[in-house]
Amino acid sequence: MIRIFGILTGLLFTVAVLWSFIVDTGAAISEPAPETAEEKYHLYPKGPEGGFAHEGLFAKWDTAQLQRGYQVYKEVCSACHSLRLVAFRNLGEIGYDEGQVKAEAASWQVPGVDPNTGEATMVEGSPTDYFPKPYANDIAARAANNNAIPPDLSLITKARHDGTNYVYDLLTGYREQPAELVEEFPEAKTAEGQYYNPFFHSLNISMAPPLTGTGQVTYGEGNPEPTIEQMAEDVTAFLAWTAEPTLVKRRQTGWAFLLFLVFATVLAYFSKKQVWARAKGGDVGEASVKED
Amino acid sequence: MSFPWAQQYEPKNGLTKFLDEKLPLPRLVYNAVGAGYPVPRNLSYFWNFGVLAGFCLVLQIVTGVVLAMHYAPNTLVAFDSTEHIMRNVNWGWLMRYAHANGASAFFVVVYIHIFRGLYYSSYKAPREMIWLLGVVIFLLMMATAFMGYVLPWGQMSYWGAKVITGLFGAIPLVGEGIQNWLLGGFAPDNAALNRFFSLHFLLPFVIAGVVILHIWALHIPGSSNPTGVEVKKESDTLPFHPYYTAKDGFGLGVFLIIYFAFVFFMPNALGHPDNYIPANPLSTPANIVPEWYFWPFYAILRAFTADFFFVPAKLMGVLAMFASILVWFFLPWLDKSPVRSGHYRPLFRKFFWFGLIPAIVVLGYCGGAHLSTTTILLSQIFTAYYFLHFLVILPIISLIERPEPMPYSITEAVLGHDPDSKLGPKPTTASPAKA
Ligand code: HEC
Ligand code: HEM
Repeated sequence: MIRIFGILTGLLFTVAVLWSFIVDTGAAISEPAPETAEEKYHLYPKGPEGGFAHEGLFAKWDTAQLQRGYQVYKEVCSACHSLRLVAFRNLGEIGYDEGQVKAEAASWQVPGVDPNTGEATMVEGSPTDYFPKPYANDIAARAANNNAIPPDLSLITKARHDGTNYVYDLLTGYREQPAELVEEFPEAKTAEGQYYNPFFHSLNISMAPPLTGTGQVTYGEGNPEPTIEQMAEDVTAFLAWTAEPTLVKRRQTGWAFLLFLVFATVLAYFSKKQVWARAKGGDVGEASVKED
Repeated sequence: MSFPWAQQYEPKNGLTKFLDEKLPLPRLVYNAVGAGYPVPRNLSYFWNFGVLAGFCLVLQIVTGVVLAMHYAPNTLVAFDSTEHIMRNVNWGWLMRYAHANGASAFFVVVYIHIFRGLYYSSYKAPREMIWLLGVVIFLLMMATAFMGYVLPWGQMSYWGAKVITGLFGAIPLVGEGIQNWLLGGFAPDNAALNRFFSLHFLLPFVIAGVVILHIWALHIPGSSNPTGVEVKKESDTLPFHPYYTAKDGFGLGVFLIIYFAFVFFMPNALGHPDNYIPANPLSTPANIVPEWYFWPFYAILRAFTADFFFVPAKLMGVLAMFASILVWFFLPWLDKSPVRSGHYRPLFRKFFWFGLIPAIVVLGYCGGAHLSTTTILLSQIFTAYYFLHFLVILPIISLIERPEPMPYSITEAVLGHDPDSKLGPKPTTASPAKA
């Protein structure tokens, strides 16, 4: 009874799904989905040559690079992008000492209260403050940016597929839109206020190329030349740190865990072998012989 | 319960004697997972996964309770409170990654456990109840994991909640009412987040309760084994302790190495990047997908694209998705072959390895991929196979198949001979996976 009922139910679902299959196959043949500009021209990120300094199973943060990246963020990106999950005190983790953290914090204006009148105003930042937002609200952000909101950057490298490489390639990937693209897909032509960037999901992004040329940011003595690629790599490394400040600690803890576990598992393997040696062979078989 | 030759518990000192009289807990443990529980001596490593699943449950409860101390179930702060755990709470990042990857590890382990049961037909008499309780546990796990994924209130949390609760909207007449009742509103919002947190906290303990019943039911017939031949006598078994405690200890070590490799070196590999974007009801993600462990079922849901007579496509998909798990409940009565182990079932074995397993893998791939004509058509073919496999193929092969010769006893399978076997030593069958 159950089996007859089961077979009937099985056939019902099978027929229903094969009916969908027939309908969809028919549709796919009579009107195949046209190729889109995104499918044809979108590029997957590769990242900088040689990868980032903090990548690799034993790698550590390159704090000099993170400081340069912070400088790029501060002087370029912070005009449009917030970093709301990071506090100035966190800068202590990338090699600034206490005095420098205080000085850095004080170089930012954050929302506060006038101590005399109690009115809302902007005040000098202190280490416990978080990075301020560049726009009062989303409407203001849209109004200033061709109706697009510049996303918060705190987690950006984790919020995109292959995020670290993606941010680097996005920043360095701006170029002329290929003429044959426009010819084939006229509706994908870069609109007024947008810029062609094959790494962006829709190929056209509302962020003007933020890094425009060598020397846009002045790096201190002993640092590499601030080319577009160098600045992009530095700010991306900095954003990888803001997304996951615990990355290096995580890997170091991981090695300690794994070493211990491998050791314990090897011990467990040999004790298992030893225990089971007693059970192999005929000795246990005798028990049954004894029984009869 | 248990076999007549099981070793008996003997309290040795004053304390254990006292306990044994007032509350015989040591006796219970001794008989459940100690020397007092005889277990077939030929279990392969596939029999490690039940203990591993229990370990995962404890791991989720421990890490979950710690997370709950810092998490705030309110739409305004939920996302930031998980980031607070990641950044400011001491070892918070470890707790969160351990919990998120722990959910994946739990499902890996439970899937292996389930497919072990399918291959060795562990669901057959006298073990039907163990299997039925297992399916209940699996359903509870799915509900728990779904609600847990909503808690960080990222983009996938929000849109996943919206899509899944929206499934109930497909039910005729009452559907929309049920959907709004589940969510406590017309769309996922604070009411939904709060109740999901409450239930997500509760359900693991319900699971723990059902696990106890599952193990109780197991101890009545005892474990099956790779030959599927029932235990006949003492030489077929070994006491759980020290033999299987030692083996489970080693298995746990291997599991932990793999699990912690994920936690520490690729903790986001199994997650979706969109969940690091705070929930935004105004911006729909390009591809709404659940966590990987739901992909096969999600593919079945999306395979139904055309209305079937008077049944709308969406409703058909929802019914099929639920049915795809509910069929497991009926397996003990659909597969009537008297032989349990796939080792001795040539036809069954072929359909298992070349039918069911590829079907699930392809469905899993299609469920996670971007919707395209190819993935839809593939999902449709393999959804058809999935239902045919359980509801048509299994019942039929159990009628027509000629099983291969089996060993007389477990003892014979392990030692190559058994003095009790009336037929004498049979060199034909290679003994399956020795311990
Ligand atoms: C003039 C304002 C402006 C500046 C300066 C700026 N951006 Fe943007 N950025 C935007 C806008 C607007 C968007 C949203 C674009 C869209 O959605 O089309 C954006 C988007 C992004 C994105 C997300 C792209 C995606 O995948 O959604 C990243 C990453 C980014 N910016 C990084 C940077 C970095 C790094 C800097 C500093 C080097 C920077 N931006 C400087 C305006 C700016
Ligand atoms: C069957 C066991 C469980 C499973 C399968 C499970 C699964 C999940 C999943 C998939 C998430 C989302 C992970 C993320 O994105 O971070 C989650 C989050 C969470 N879980 Fe669980 N969980 C279980 C048990 C528990 C228990 C017992 C508790 C508490 C008592 C708990 C508390 C939490 C909390 C507070 C969160 C949100 C914090 C966060 O997102 O990191 N979980 N769970």
